Amino acid sequence: MGSSKVIHAFYNDDEVLLDAVKTVKAAHHHIEEVFCPFPVHGLDKAMGLAPTRIAITAFMYGITGLSVAIWMTNYMMIQDWPQDIGGKPSFSWFENMPAFVPIMFELTVFFAAHLMVITFYMRSKIWPFRKAENPDPRTTDDHFLMEIPVHNNEEELTALLAKTGAVEINVVEKH
Amino acid sequence: MYQFSGKLKILSLALIIVGALGIGFSFMSAPSTIEEAKEMIAAHSSHGNTHGDDHAITTNNHEEHHDAAHEEHVFHQLQNKPWSALYVSLIFFLGISLLALAFYAAQRVAQSGWSVVLFRVMEAITANLVPTSIIMLLVILSASLFHYNHLFSWMAEGTFDPTSEKYDAIVDGKSWWMNTTGWTIRGIIYLVLWNAYRFFIRKNSIAEDTANDGNKTYKKNYHASVIFLVIFMLTESMMSWDWIMGLDPHWFSTLFGWYVLASLLVSALTVIAFVTIYLRSKGALPSVNDSHIHDLAKFMFGFSVFWTYLWFSQFMLIWYADIPEETTYFVARFNEYKLPFLSMVVMNFVFPILLLINSDFKSIPWFVVMGGIVILAGHYVDFFVMIMPATVGDQWSFGIPELSSLLFFLGIFIYTVFSAFAKANPIPKGNPFLKESEHFHYFNIEHRGENSDNHHH
Repeated sequence: MGSSKVIHAFYNDDEVLLDAVKTVKAAHHHIEEVFCPFPVHGLDKAMGLAPTRIAITAFMYGITGLSVAIWMTNYMMIQDWPQDIGGKPSFSWFENMPAFVPIMFELTVFFAAHLMVITFYMRSKIWPFRKAENPDPRTTDDHFLMEIPVHNNEEELTALLAKTGAVEINVVEKH
Repeated sequence: MYQFSGKLKILSLALIIVGALGIGFSFMSAPSTIEEAKEMIAAHSSHGNTHGDDHAITTNNHEEHHDAAHEEHVFHQLQNKPWSALYVSLIFFLGISLLALAFYAAQRVAQSGWSVVLFRVMEAITANLVPTSIIMLLVILSASLFHYNHLFSWMAEGTFDPTSEKYDAIVDGKSWWMNTTGWTIRGIIYLVLWNAYRFFIRKNSIAEDTANDGNKTYKKNYHASVIFLVIFMLTESMMSWDWIMGLDPHWFSTLFGWYVLASLLVSALTVIAFVTIYLRSKGALPSVNDSHIHDLAKFMFGFSVFWTYLWFSQFMLIWYADIPEETTYFVARFNEYKLPFLSMVVMNFVFPILLLINSDFKSIPWFVVMGGIVILAGHYVDFFVMIMPATVGDQWSFGIPELSSLLFFLGIFIYTVFSAFAKANPIPKGNPFLKESEHFHYFNIEHRGENSDNHHH
C-alpha cells in the first residue's frame, strides 16, 4: 500500500483534549490514536475503545501466584525438608498454614503486579530496543496529539479541529 | 432543608422503649443468688447434653472444693450477662460515632475535596457520641465506683492485696496503670476530650456557612482537627486497653488499639454510607452523586482488608510463638466461641471482598447496603467475641439481653442522628472545597440517574 494522509492536532491541556475527542467522535470521524505525556482519565471511554481486560489477567496472575506459593511452601517446608514450625512439628501443610499466609499473600501480589506490567508492555508493543512510534517528541513533554486519518475531507476536519482548541494542526503523510 | 419525619421519630422511640424494656427484663431475670444460678444452669443443661459434658470435663480436673468455686464463678458470669450485652452494644455504637468523628477530622486535616458534601452526614452521626458517652460514663462509674457489676475481674477486692486469697501478682505488677482510680479518671478524660472537640467542631462548622471571613473559621476548624487527631490517636489506643483489653487483665497484645480502630473505622464508614444512601433517597442530599457512594464503598472495602490484616497479624504472632500467657485469649475463643469467632472472619473479610471488589458494584446502593449489613453484623460479632469470653465465658448466648441492647442503641442512634441532621443546612456552604466536592466525578463508573454533564469543569 502507498502512503496515506493523516491530520495531527496538538493540544496543551488534557481537559481540552478530552472535549475535543468527544467533539470529533460526535461528528463521526475515526480517531486513529491519541498520544499523551501522561494517562488521561476517561480518554479510553471517550475514544470508544473497548474496556481493558487487564483486571481479568491480574486476577488470573494472582491465582497463579497463590498456587505457586502453596506448592512452593508445601514442597520446601513439608515434603523436601520437613521443618518444625513454631515448635509445632505436625509436618502437615494445613496445620502450619498460618505461617505460610504472608508468603501466599506476597507471591499473589508479586505475580499479579509483575505479569500485569509485562502483559501491558507486550500488549502495547513496547519491548527493549523498539523504536519510539510517537510522531512528535513534544507528546513526551507537554503536548497531546490526536491523529485522524484523512479521506478527502482535509478542509472539513481542519475547520472542526480548529474549533476544538487545537494549538497546532498539521497534515502529514504517514508511511 | 431535611425534616426529621414523624414516622422515623416514632420508630426510633419505639426501638428505645422496646430495647429499654428488654434490658430491664434481662436485668430482672439475672440470678441474684447462687441457688438461682444453679437452678438456671440445671434447666439449661437439660436442654443440650454437649453443654453439660463441657462442665463435667472442666470440673473433673480439679479437687472437690472446686465445685463450689465453679458455681460461684458461673453465678458471676450469669450476673454479668445483661451488663455484657449492654456493654457490647454500647462500645459498638459509641465507637462508631467516635470513629465517624475521627474520619471527619481526618477529612478536614487532609483538606480533602470529595467528601465536603458528606460533612453534615458525618457531623450528624457524631451527635450520637453525646448520649452514648453519658451511658458509658454511667457504666464506668457503676463498674469502678459503685461495684454494681463485675465486668472487670481485676476490680474485685483483694486483687492488689498480697495477704488476700484473691491476690493477683500479675495484675498487681501493672497496678501503676491498672488501678480503679486511674481507670475511672482516664475514662472520663477520654469522653470529655472527644465530646469537647465534637461540640466545638459542630458549632464552628455551622458558623463556617455564614462566616464569610476569608476562611478564618475554616482554618480554625482545621487547627482544632489537627489537635483532635493527635489526642484521638492516643486516647483511642488507651480506651481499647482500658475498656476492652482490660477485661482479660493477664493478656496483652501490642496491636490491640489498631485492631479495635480498624473494626470501628470500617463500621463507621459503613454507617456513613448507610445514612448517606438513606438521606439521598429522601432527596435530602442533592449534591451527592454516585462517585461519593463509590468512594465510601472503596473505604469499606479497603478497611475490611485492613481489619483482616490486623486480625491475622495478632493471631499469627501469638500462634507462632505459642506462649501460654498469650494463647489463652485464642484458646478461649476457639473452644467456646468457635462459630461466632470464625464466621466473623468470613463476614468481615470474604464477604466484603467478593461483594465489593468489582468497581461498578461499589456505586450501586443496594449492593453497598447488602455488603454493609454483613460488615456491621460481622463487626458487632467481633466486639461480642472481644468482650464476652472474659465476662460471661461459656454462658454466652444471643437472646433478649443482647438483642434489646442493640435495639435500644439503634433507637438512640436514629433519634440523635436524624434530628441533628435536620438542624443544619445539609450543604456546608462556607467550605472552600464545596465546588470540588459537588463536581467530584470518578471517570470509571456508570453514573445512573443523574446528569452526566456535571463533569470535570
